[in-house]
Amino acid sequence: MTTRTQPAEGEWVAHMRRIRDDADTAAFAELFGHFAPRVKGFLMRSGADETLAEECTQEVMATLWRKSALFDPARASVATWIFTIARNRRIDALRRQRRPEPEDLHWGPEPERDQEDVIALQQESEVLARALAELPEKQRLLIERAYFGDLTHSEIAAETGLPLGTIKSRIRLALERLRHAMSRGGE
Amino acid sequence: MNIRHHLSDDILMAYSAGELPEAFGLVVATHVSMCDECRARMESFEAVGGAVLAGADSVAMGKDSLAATMALIKSGTQHDKAPAPTRRAGIFPGPLAAYAGGGPESLKWRRVGGGVRQAILPSSEEASARLLHIPAGAAVPDHGHRGLEMTLVLQGAFRDEAAQFGPGDVEIATDADEHTPVAEPGEDCICLAATDAPLRFNALLPRLAQPFFRI
Repeated sequence: MTTRTQPAEGEWVAHMRRIRDDADTAAFAELFGHFAPRVKGFLMRSGADETLAEECTQEVMATLWRKSALFDPARASVATWIFTIARNRRIDALRRQRRPEPEDLHWGPEPERDQEDVIALQQESEVLARALAELPEKQRLLIERAYFGDLTHSEIAAETGLPLGTIKSRIRLALERLRHAMSRGGE
Repeated sequence: MNIRHHLSDDILMAYSAGELPEAFGLVVATHVSMCDECRARMESFEAVGGAVLAGADSVAMGKDSLAATMALIKSGTQHDKAPAPTRRAGIFPGPLAAYAGGGPESLKWRRVGGGVRQAILPSSEEASARLLHIPAGAAVPDHGHRGLEMTLVLQGAFRDEAAQFGPGDVEIATDADEHTPVAEPGEDCICLAATDAPLRFNALLPRLAQPFFRI
């Protein structure tokens, strides 16, 4: 891993605008360079082999381009939005299931949201990322595995030797800590 | 809508992670379409997923992958086959209307005894989803279940040993719970139920009937 500084969330939001408004391939290339390897890593942790993960990642990034008008920076960070696209691709390609989606809150594109909402969400995303990184390792690993979907609860129980109840309470504790960090605004 | 019984963190997190069997996912998506509070919690669990992705170990992409992706974009091939969001149909919120092919009138309801009718919805095999129509004042035959059961009220209300459930409320029961839901007087009760194991009815006759009715 290199240690060069990554663009902050606000810059990724600006990249998304350039893709949406100007079909800006340079902005897309930068976003691709940052997120595609993470999506690929995520899909491989979820059980895809490298060929399938590579193929699905390209499809996820193509979906990002095509659906860029639907991205709402007041409701989700760029990473969260990409996560939902990658998750849906995983359900479709790896589990071969449909995913029932909730009704959307609004119909059609919205006028630009209040800039304050967008900035507040970016700050919260950064606090959340820090809080996740600072969790005790055992709790953080369980949260990650729950999202990678690499193992079910009972498989984690078999592998770690921890009873299911302990795993569930560790995840609950991790969520409590994340909530606490969020309510303090990352002090 | 005054919703008093909500989804648990376990279930919202599993749904946000994409790990919930389809039948339960349908109950979650339908409830979230009715409940702003659970929608907000779902979005916060998706944000945790975003943070996990942002912190995930990178795996290098193939050397021509950006060019291949640009070609994919230009070809216009769609890989995100998610159907366009369906509008609500009568008492069915959008996701349920998509599975039912419309409102309650578009389903084939079958009698399962005691005046209760049900309609099975298509889903993956790990769990099953069905709609129940319970006449006002009638009881659903006494049943326990071997796994998780989620029941979401769409119209009317029912009461069991635990509490009363009205429109938008969801009851989450495990195999430890033996319960007898009874529809409240007044309006017929229509609910969406998902189970990850077939129900077992406690009376002999309904048990014999199970293979026929796929309960």
